[in-house]
Amino acid sequence: MLKIKNLYASVDGQEILKGINLEIKPGEVHAIMGPNGSGKSTLANVLAGKQEYEVTAGEVTFLGENLLDKAPETRAKDGLFLSFQYPVEIPGVPMANFIKTAVNEHRVHRGEKELTAGQFLKLMREKMELVEMKTKLTNRSVNEGFSGGEKKKNEIFQMAMLEPKLAILDETDSGLDIDALRTVANGVNALKSPETSSIVITHYQRLLDYIVPDFVHILYHGKIVKTAGKELALELEEKGYDWIKSEKGN
Amino acid sequence: MSVLVEKADLSLKYIAHYNKVKELLVKGSPDILNAQRKKAFQDFVMQGIPTNKNEKYKYTNLHPYFLPDFSFIHQREAQKTDPNAIFHCDVPQLDSYVKTTTNGWFNESKTEGDLPEGVILESLEKMMKEQPGLVEKYYAKIAKSNTDAMVALNTAFAKDGYFLYVPKNVVCEQPIQLINFLEAPENSFVTQRNLVILEQGADVKLILCDHTLNLNRYLCNSVTEIFVGENANLDYYTLQNQHNRTTNINSVFVQQERDSVVTSHTSSFHGGLIRNNMEFVLNGENAEANVFGMAFLDKKQHVDNFTQIIHKKPNGQSNQVYKNVLDDEATGAFSGLIHVVRDAQNTNAFQQNNNLLLSDTATMQTKPQLIIDADDVKCSHGATVGQIDEEALFYLRARGINEDKARLMMMNAFMHEVVRKISVEALRDRIDELVERRLNGEVAKCHECAYQCEV
Repeated sequence: MLKIKNLYASVDGQEILKGINLEIKPGEVHAIMGPNGSGKSTLANVLAGKQEYEVTAGEVTFLGENLLDKAPETRAKDGLFLSFQYPVEIPGVPMANFIKTAVNEHRVHRGEKELTAGQFLKLMREKMELVEMKTKLTNRSVNEGFSGGEKKKNEIFQMAMLEPKLAILDETDSGLDIDALRTVANGVNALKSPETSSIVITHYQRLLDYIVPDFVHILYHGKIVKTAGKELALELEEKGYDWIKSEKGN
Repeated sequence: MSVLVEKADLSLKYIAHYNKVKELLVKGSPDILNAQRKKAFQDFVMQGIPTNKNEKYKYTNLHPYFLPDFSFIHQREAQKTDPNAIFHCDVPQLDSYVKTTTNGWFNESKTEGDLPEGVILESLEKMMKEQPGLVEKYYAKIAKSNTDAMVALNTAFAKDGYFLYVPKNVVCEQPIQLINFLEAPENSFVTQRNLVILEQGADVKLILCDHTLNLNRYLCNSVTEIFVGENANLDYYTLQNQHNRTTNINSVFVQQERDSVVTSHTSSFHGGLIRNNMEFVLNGENAEANVFGMAFLDKKQHVDNFTQIIHKKPNGQSNQVYKNVLDDEATGAFSGLIHVVRDAQNTNAFQQNNNLLLSDTATMQTKPQLIIDADDVKCSHGATVGQIDEEALFYLRARGINEDKARLMMMNAFMHEVVRKISVEALRDRIDELVERRLNGEVAKCHECAYQCEV
C-alpha cells in the first residue's frame, strides 16, 4: 500500500528525516514511536503533503503511484488520511458544510454521485455515533471551541466519514482522558478492515493496548532504528528511550 | 507651486460651473433647497475638493477623481424609458416595495402594492413643494456644509433625491427598495440628496441598490439625512454595484432619539472609488447603532469606509464590524471614530475591522479612534490585517477539498460574520450568493448592469 524508500526531508533548511525506509501492506497496523524531535510528525506531514516540508531525497509510492508529486487534496482523495496532532480551528466554516464538501469531493473523485442532503445526514448521524460525538458539535464551525477530546473525536469522525485506505494517526492519544482514549480507539478499530492500514504515531504504550499494532518502529534522529512486534512498545514503556540512545551512541 | 495651482484650479472649475448654472439651479427649485444653496456654496469655496492633506480624507485623495470633464444634470430629463421595465430586481422572495432614481432624480413610476397609510416615498423636490413645513424641519440639519466639502458641494447642487416619511407607530412589514441608476449619454457628475424621517415608534427596512447602466464615467456625490424618532427602528441596507469607472461618494447622517435602533449594512461589491461617510449621532438615551460593512476589492479599486459614532446621551450602544477582502493592487481604508461625550455615561461601544489581503500588492489602512469624555463607559476596538491562514487551508485540503474551493470557503467564512447580520432573509441569501460569486472571481452583478471591470 505504502512504500517509503530512503526518504529525506527538511524544514527551513534543517534536515529532519534522514533516510526513512518503511513498507506498509493492506490490513497492517504500524506504530511509530520515538522521543520528541525524532521526526514522527514530520513524517506524517510529509506524507499528507504539507508545503513547508521539503523532500530532498527518496521516494514514496502510495497504491503504486508516486505520492510526492500529488497535491494534498489528491492524496486525501486517493485514500490517505491524516488525523492531526493539533486540529485547526476554522471559525466561520460550518462543520456540516465542511464535511459534506469533503465527502462529495471524495465521491466525485471516485466517479460516484454526490450525496443528497438526506443521505448525507443519515451517514453523518451513523458515524457520529461511532465516536460518541455530540450533535451540537456539527452545528458549530470546524473545531471552534471544541475541547481537546472533542477535537480528537472529530478527527476520527472525519476519518469515518471519508473511509480512507491508509490512516495516519498523529498522537491522537495526546490530551485524551482514558474514556475518550477508549472511544477514539474503538472508533479506529471499527474502521479496520483487511484492505485498510494505519500508522499510529504515539509516545505511549497506552493507546497500543487498544489499537494493537502488527509492527512497532522506533524513529530516532530521522531514521527508523528498530523494528519489532508489539512487545517492543512494552519494552519502551519499561525502559524509556535511553537504551536506544546509548545503543545508537548519541 | 504648479501643483498648488492645479489643485486650486480644480476647485475653481467647480466654482466656475456653479456660478454659470446658478440661475438654473435656483429656478424651479423649492425655497428650502435654495435657502441652503448659497451658504453651502460659500462653504465649498472655503474648503475646496479634499486631498489627503485633509485629515478626514487622509487615505483618499479625491482630486484625481474630480479631474475628468463631467457634464452635469441640473434639470429633470424627460424619462425615456421606465427603469422598472428595463431593470427587474430578481432577488427571489424579496417582496419589496420598489422605487427608482436615475442620475439622482426620483422616478415617478407605478409600483405594485401599497405602502401603509401615511407612509410617503416620493421625490424630495416634489415634497418640498407640497409639504414644505414637514421637510424644512429636517433638511440640512445634520449634514453640515461647513465641516465637509462633499456635503457642501452636494447642498450647493442639490435638486432632487428620494424622500421617505414613516409616521408615528407605523410598521412597514414589507421592505422598501430604492434602486439608484446611473445612466447618462456622457460622463456625468451626479448629485443626489435624500431625506428619511421615522417618527416615534416607526419601523422600516430600507434597501438601497446602486447600479450603473452603461459604461460612461460617473461621479456620484450623494447625501442622505436620516432622522430616527424615539423607539423607532430602521434597517438600512446598501448594495454598491457600480462599474469601476464610477466614483461613489456616499455620505449618510443619522440622528437617533431615545430607545431607537438603527442597523446599517453596506456591501461594496463593485465600484472604482467608493467612499462611505457614515455619521451616527445617538441623541437620546438608550439608543443603539449597529454599523456593519463589507467590501470586496480587486484590480485598482479603492474603498474607504469612514465612520463616526457620537454618543451624546447615557446608556447608548454602538457596534461596528467592517471587513474587507483585497486582491490585486486594490487599496482600502477604514477610519472609525467613537466619540463619547461627557453626559453619555454607561455607553457601550464596540468596533472591529478585519482585513484579508490576497495579494502582495493590495494595501489596507485602518485607523480606529476613540475620544472618551465620560468616565463610566465600555469601549473596545480591534483591527487586523492578515492573509489566509495557511494552517487552516492545509487542514481543508488534507480532507480532499481542492485549493481553490478551500480558499473560497475560508474567504466566505471570513465575511460570514458580516453577512449574517442581515435580518431580511431573502436579501441575506442573495448577498451570500453575491459574496460567493465575487470571491470566486466572477462579476457579482445582480442583473443587467453594465460593467467595465478591466478599467
